[in-house]
Amino acid sequence: MSPATTLPRRDFLKKSAAGGGALIIGCYLPGKFEALAPPPAEPAALNAWVRIAPDDSVTLVIDKSEMGQGVVTSLAMLLAEELELDWTKVKFEFAPAAPQYFNPLFGAQGTGGSTSVRSSWGPLTKAGAAAREMLIAAAAKQWNVEPSACHAENGAVVHKATSKRLRYGTLAEAAAKLPVPANPTLKDPKNYNYIGKPVKRLDTRAKINGKAGFGIDVRLSKMQHAVVARCPVFGGKVKSFDPTKAKAIRGVKQVLQISSGVAVVADNTWSAMEGRRALQIEWDEGSNATNSSEAIRKLYLENAEKAGAIARKDGDVDSALAGAAKKVEAVYEVPFLAHATMEPMNCAADVRADGCDIYAPTQFQTFNQNTGAKLTGLKPEQVRIHTTYLGGGFGRRAEQDFAREAVEISKAISAPAQVTWSREDDMQHDFYRPATYTKLTGGLDADGWPVAWKCRIVGPSIMSRFFPGSVKNGLDNSSVEGIVESKYAIPNFFCDYVLTEAGVPVGFWRSVGNSQNGYITECFVEELARAGGKDSFAFRRKLLEKAPRHRGVLELAAEKAGWGKPLPAGLTRGIAVVESFGSFVAEVAEVSVDRQSGEVKVRRVVCAVDCGRHVNPDIIAAQMEGGIVYGLTAALKGQITIAQGRVEQGNFNDYDLLRMNEMPKVEVHIVPSNEAPGGCGEPGTPPIAPALCNAILAVTGKPIRRLPIRAEDLA
Amino acid sequence: MAISFTLNGTAQSVEVSPDMPLLWVLRDTLNMTGTKFGCGMALCGACTVHINGEATRSCITPISSVAGKKVTTIEGLSADGSHPVQKAWMEEDVPQCGYCQSGQIMSAVALLAKKPNPTDADIDDAMSGNICRCGTYQRIRKAIHRAASMAGKAHSAG
Repeated sequence: MSPATTLPRRDFLKKSAAGGGALIIGCYLPGKFEALAPPPAEPAALNAWVRIAPDDSVTLVIDKSEMGQGVVTSLAMLLAEELELDWTKVKFEFAPAAPQYFNPLFGAQGTGGSTSVRSSWGPLTKAGAAAREMLIAAAAKQWNVEPSACHAENGAVVHKATSKRLRYGTLAEAAAKLPVPANPTLKDPKNYNYIGKPVKRLDTRAKINGKAGFGIDVRLSKMQHAVVARCPVFGGKVKSFDPTKAKAIRGVKQVLQISSGVAVVADNTWSAMEGRRALQIEWDEGSNATNSSEAIRKLYLENAEKAGAIARKDGDVDSALAGAAKKVEAVYEVPFLAHATMEPMNCAADVRADGCDIYAPTQFQTFNQNTGAKLTGLKPEQVRIHTTYLGGGFGRRAEQDFAREAVEISKAISAPAQVTWSREDDMQHDFYRPATYTKLTGGLDADGWPVAWKCRIVGPSIMSRFFPGSVKNGLDNSSVEGIVESKYAIPNFFCDYVLTEAGVPVGFWRSVGNSQNGYITECFVEELARAGGKDSFAFRRKLLEKAPRHRGVLELAAEKAGWGKPLPAGLTRGIAVVESFGSFVAEVAEVSVDRQSGEVKVRRVVCAVDCGRHVNPDIIAAQMEGGIVYGLTAALKGQITIAQGRVEQGNFNDYDLLRMNEMPKVEVHIVPSNEAPGGCGEPGTPPIAPALCNAILAVTGKPIRRLPIRAEDLA
Repeated sequence: MAISFTLNGTAQSVEVSPDMPLLWVLRDTLNMTGTKFGCGMALCGACTVHINGEATRSCITPISSVAGKKVTTIEGLSADGSHPVQKAWMEEDVPQCGYCQSGQIMSAVALLAKKPNPTDADIDDAMSGNICRCGTYQRIRKAIHRAASMAGKAHSAG
């Protein structure tokens, strides 16, 4: 891969061939990237995703954001497969914001919900196949033979009878002028060269030599560096500020108020941070000034006594509980969690009278474009979005706050500006995974099998802010996902939700509702199994008899982990299975528990995943490994608490993340499948906390009903 | 007053506040953005560079303390990604988002310079100051062992 592919330095607005027209606007990131080699001779665009240059180099346009989940490679593989490309000639660029790149599942250009492969498999294989047929038609025309007498292989069209061969680079210009086939013939999967194989990632090289361009690395000529002082209390406002001392700091150029606080603009980031330290601000802290974790918990406890919006109702749960031979009652609590992407929030913008460029590590290009248009008064098409690499996303970069700040500052100072958040800014001004409080009652029959499941979830709603239209009658599906879809054969099932705003902004956090509800479901299922005197695996297997994909991963994980076989002294194991984002994942955790010291160490995790038809098994394994680390961090460490309306944590000293010395050995096993593709970025996360907690329960006899796991809960 | 040091083998001189951290001199003054900002408190390792061969957190290293010293950043490790640690990282496809990987690689190179055949415990000791939120630790461990074995083979062949 050439350095040219390390940053989307070439903005390319090209109507798709299907849409007609051939407007090409080249734009180069000024500054640092100017020195890079000029692009090769003008490439021909066969559609919105494929451009082929006369030198045979192929540029694939990636319309999803690369935040580590491997989407550049996965989407390129879908295109390359049908296009019969030579993988060594493949380069890529990130797409500009444009309607042809809308994610059909969102109606906007965006990456999230583990939708990339699911939403792209159809369109991209079709686009690749259409481009292949256009190239074949161009060659056939040139040779004056029937297209059916030709085929494509390894970046060339071949006429079988004569062994004549034309490289794509020589055909692309003619091919681009041909009509786009409406129903191109897709390859038989048995002939796949790339799909299903552990093809090496396209972005690795740029990420081992320091050249990968993240948002924070954007350097524009005349660009100013800014940091923003924001009210430490959510919803608070600037009452007054004195910029005198800040302006006295070397390098500080301007101090100005923007909607989120006070921006300090300097000629380098450090001076801006020093300027902010010297800044004097008086805040109007607003209505959240006395908020606290205790106050929020008290509100949850009160609301847990109220009836909520019914999310699922099967049978008659109260009668079934009344007649149950045994009842189990529990309350589960989880805290707010920060995303803590390694690259703190940041964004660069260049607002001019005639247009606006936004350089963003973003998950939602369409929304950024709308944000830019709204703040500048420009038309959305005058706002160009340059997507960089994302130093982690996990849902955080679906938000607009960082883009809004960059645009406001650039507009105010009439120069390109980059806003950079410190770690403390990032941790204290996040959109957190909701803290929730969940009451459960289960009923068992005389043989120890469950007859009733009743639960009430209390917590804030993500969707009532993000997609208000999707919240109907107080029910936010993202708050109940991970519980309501339960496939366990329990005849009487009831779940309601009491939407409770907590004065803390909440947002999408890797696996969203499944992150807490998968934990709650799988731990409570374990409590029911124990109450009924059943083995964890056997209990689940029996209750999932009619859920073959759940059962498949459960059995595979149990088999590979040696479920039921003795473990070395001091080790225990637990199991959990969760369906999310169209995929099914079971995990077995092998754990050592020291009840005296309270130390818990996860030694090994065996993960089985069924994500349907899949593109790249090595990327799936990496996503499961990463999802497990993300979930383990939450189970063992993660907690955002509120005091006097402020987040109490600020950096990795008080919000630590899993580290090398805590990393278990992770084994990933993929179930072969011809089902529709499922997601992979998130489904690895939900099962690990319950697998770990269930392993602890097996030793202590006490369920872990709150996260993170505390030493006193092991005693 | 200008502060002079050697950066990736070349003499370098900067006119900045003496207390400006090396990280920001690299990133903002010299536009060498391979070294990353993660925490500003030496808690995450994203900013790791070598100063006179020692893995050092550049976010808390004032530029004045670097005067006269040799600084190596990710950009200076090799011209073409051919350092054994970079090659091992490629072969294991270690990075996900990639943001922490410059720091991970610089820490791993410093470890291998001291311990050419590190044990898992050595890796835990040397690498636990480098956070990876994507959770690539298992691959980092494998890649360090692979780099050690590649370097060992190169040594015995040479």
